[in-house]
Amino acid sequence: MTPMQIVFLLVASVTLASAVMVVSTRRMFHAALWLILTLLGVAILFALLESRFFTIVQVVVYVGAIAILVLFAVMLTRHVMSEDQPQLNRSWWIASLATIGLFTGMVLVMRTWPIFTTTQRAVGPGGEDLQKLGFAFVDPSGFMIPFEIVSVLLLAALIGAVFIAAERKGGKG
Amino acid sequence: MATEILIWLIPLPPLVAFFLIALFANRWRGLSHYLALSGAGLSWLGSMVVFFTAISREELSKNPIISSINWLPTADTWLKLGVQVDPLTVVTLFFVAWTVLMIFIYSVGYHNYGQPLGDHDHPGLPPHGAHLKDEHGHEHRVPSVEPMYSRFFGFVALFAFGMFTLVLTDNLLALYVGWEIMGLCSYLLIGFWFGKDSARKAAVKAFLTTRIGDMFMLIGLVSLYKITGSLSYSQIFSEASLQLLTSNASPIMGLSWAGFIGLMLFIGTVGKSAQFPLHVWLPDAMEGPTPVSAMIHAATMVSAGVYLVIRFFPIISAGWVPGEALTTTMTVMAFIGAFTALFAATIALAQNDIKRVLAYSTISQLGYMVAALGVGAYGAAAFHLVTHAFFKALLFLGSGSVIHGMEHGVLHTGEEIDPQDMYNMGGLRNKMPFTFWTFLIGGLALAGFPLVTAGFWSKDEILTGSFSGGFMAVFITLALAALLTAFYTMRQITLTFLGQPRTHSAEHAHESKWTMTLPLVILSVFAVSVGWAGIPKAFPVLGGLIPPWFEEFVGSMIESGHGEEVISHSLVPLATSLVVSLGGLTLGWLVYSKVKSGQPDPLQKALGKIYSVLKNKYYFDELYQFLIIKPAFWLATSFTSEWLDRSIIDGILHSFGRFGLWVGRGLRNWFDIPVVNKTGDSLAEGTRGLGSVLRVIQTGRVQQYMVIAIAILVLFGTIFFLFSSGLL
Amino acid sequence: MNSIPMSWYLVFSIGLFCIGLFGVLARKNAVAIIMGLELMLNAVNVNLLAFWSYLYADGMSGLVFVTIVFAVAAAESAVGLALIISAYRRRNTVIAEDMNVLKG
Repeated sequence: MTPMQIVFLLVASVTLASAVMVVSTRRMFHAALWLILTLLGVAILFALLESRFFTIVQVVVYVGAIAILVLFAVMLTRHVMSEDQPQLNRSWWIASLATIGLFTGMVLVMRTWPIFTTTQRAVGPGGEDLQKLGFAFVDPSGFMIPFEIVSVLLLAALIGAVFIAAERKGGKG
Repeated sequence: MATEILIWLIPLPPLVAFFLIALFANRWRGLSHYLALSGAGLSWLGSMVVFFTAISREELSKNPIISSINWLPTADTWLKLGVQVDPLTVVTLFFVAWTVLMIFIYSVGYHNYGQPLGDHDHPGLPPHGAHLKDEHGHEHRVPSVEPMYSRFFGFVALFAFGMFTLVLTDNLLALYVGWEIMGLCSYLLIGFWFGKDSARKAAVKAFLTTRIGDMFMLIGLVSLYKITGSLSYSQIFSEASLQLLTSNASPIMGLSWAGFIGLMLFIGTVGKSAQFPLHVWLPDAMEGPTPVSAMIHAATMVSAGVYLVIRFFPIISAGWVPGEALTTTMTVMAFIGAFTALFAATIALAQNDIKRVLAYSTISQLGYMVAALGVGAYGAAAFHLVTHAFFKALLFLGSGSVIHGMEHGVLHTGEEIDPQDMYNMGGLRNKMPFTFWTFLIGGLALAGFPLVTAGFWSKDEILTGSFSGGFMAVFITLALAALLTAFYTMRQITLTFLGQPRTHSAEHAHESKWTMTLPLVILSVFAVSVGWAGIPKAFPVLGGLIPPWFEEFVGSMIESGHGEEVISHSLVPLATSLVVSLGGLTLGWLVYSKVKSGQPDPLQKALGKIYSVLKNKYYFDELYQFLIIKPAFWLATSFTSEWLDRSIIDGILHSFGRFGLWVGRGLRNWFDIPVVNKTGDSLAEGTRGLGSVLRVIQTGRVQQYMVIAIAILVLFGTIFFLFSSGLL
Repeated sequence: MNSIPMSWYLVFSIGLFCIGLFGVLARKNAVAIIMGLELMLNAVNVNLLAFWSYLYADGMSGLVFVTIVFAVAAAESAVGLALIISAYRRRNTVIAEDMNVLKG
């Protein structure tokens, strides 16, 4: 067991454990915090995958924005649902069955793929070439159109979110 | 040429009068009788011209005046229609024209033309009389005019047309047409006062009874046409045709065709001339007004029956030679005629209604003529036909005058008596002299008073004919009937005119107007003088003075006609007829001259139980009612109408209907609703059911949707994986 | 030299994905569902980057994909949370089960 493997296992298990806590804890605030931890763990994994850019992006976007957003939502809707009652709905056992089934199935399918257990990386030691990524985004024969569409999507989401969540009386809309 | 045209025209004026009255002149009484009288007068004029023209022709029987046209095209020949004037036609035309005209004139007075309308007279009932105030303010009840005056003249004009047609035509089909027209008019006129139930019944009875005879006559007519191929007299009475008829046998009882046809035609006469057994309609026909009784039942319609058999004598007597056995039809005729003569005479003895006596007398005299023809006395039968028409018409019109006189008395005194009952009369000879004398002449003619009345000569002819032919049974029967005839005639005259009035109405009777008495006078002249046209040569003293024109003229129609007068030399028939007529008359006067009012009929004491049988006409009406009418009625109502028609035929139709309904219901309940409706409904129901089953999935909970999606995804993924890796 | 097999990363991502899926399917609170959704998206990103890293490092399509996933995830969580707030305002509940107006 190389040190990398140990690090990986550690990080992976922490991440998974906190993910499990996210989905099973009763107290919403705790769930949000566990979510932050999970996201950080994922960021570390990104780093292990030699992707420096996305590590940072993950922390900035996910933890810095989305998780905060989730926290706000939790805080705004806290008093509605009592935290003593069960948090899982009636068909949680079907869900768990499906989930386990899916996990098992996918792992089994993956195992039939020979390259599944390779350890050889294609990426160089420096990680990704960010400039190349940037050029790829704006290159018409590259990924410019998806880039633009995503921009529009973000714009729409922005406007939509503001609109939906606005107060009816006196607010926008 | 002109004569032929004139002959064609003779029947037409009364027909035109009928149409004009029916269509236009119905409301004006004077115009109506004027039209009818003009019609009758024109026909009379034409008949007289034709008469005198015809009798001056030579050998009229060999060369009759015939004029015919092609009428109906049959396969290779024509059915012809035309007129024929031969000796028989001529003498018949003579008496028909005179009696019709006299009766028309009489009817004007009989129906009280010129009198006011009655107080409460209804059309359909006899007039009851009107109240008149004279200049002193006294109220009298006077006879009122007949409300249906014009209708009467229309009908009798139509009737006259029918009779003229029958007499003048040259074929049997047109004769039948005239026969039926007269039958119709007889029905209409007997039921003239249709408000009376008895008149309605009598009209139907007359029509139906004569119909029976007509039916057989039609069978004879059709058979004749089939065998000989023609209906014209000149063809069917030709030698060839008679030969054909006598030599071939008909399918009925071994008779030859001539015998069969003759028998069928004779049955027509039995109906029309009221012989036994179809005599029952004539007495009831007295329900009609008296001119109707005179015309139809004395002068013309019943004479038409006898005219028919006289006309068809060649066929009836085909194969007969005088001195040998009679043909079957002739035997039947002799029997029925003689029987009827005696039978009706016995009934007439016990009748009290003045018109009924005359009705039975008519039946009896017609029996004489039929019997005469049956024994082959052709000329005698024709002679009696002519004389009888005159004196019987005279008697009927006279009785009508008597009844009018009595009604006047009834209106004056207000008594409630039957003006027609002879027992309410008496002593009328002083009140109504014209009527009395003319009636007396007619009655003596009927009784056969010697020498001065026509009836004597014609009756004597018949008795001679039957005696000299050796038919003793017929002779004796007819002689007896003559005795009874004289008896009841004198009874009638005595009760009506002689003695003292038996009721107040009879006291107040008075003579009728000139329109009624003039025809009586004219007819009485004929009743006396016509007989002198037929004095036989063999008659003692008087024979040979005046040539026996009638026998020669009419007798020339048949071969054997000549033979009669030569054969008889015996005085027995003459003596017999003298005895019976004078004896009967005296006896009648003796018995009845002393009858007072309220007394029963002397005959009743003499005959006892038989009297009531005679009075009730031998109960023949009751017998027919029981034997024939009730079963026929039962057949019509119970059997045919109810059972056949309603139960069976309607039942079949109803069952069709029910069957259709049943099929319809079955289809509806077993196919339409369960199959057709069900299919549509089940589609909808199934869809809804399926929907409500599937709706369970749609819970609105997104998480459940996702769960299901994931579950299926896993499932399918497994299946595909296993497929692709070859494990399944 | 690398010693971590790709399979570890992949199994990890599958596991994280399934945990997130469980959270989405089985949690009552709507915000918790969003959180599970974030977990799933993160698992996807890990998966993508693992493949990029081990196999397709020269092409940019992997990274572009990841970028887009990031963007989409952000947008979607923003909008989703806004919807939850709005729904909460209307119905005064954040329980996903109670929002069953679409029930047929």
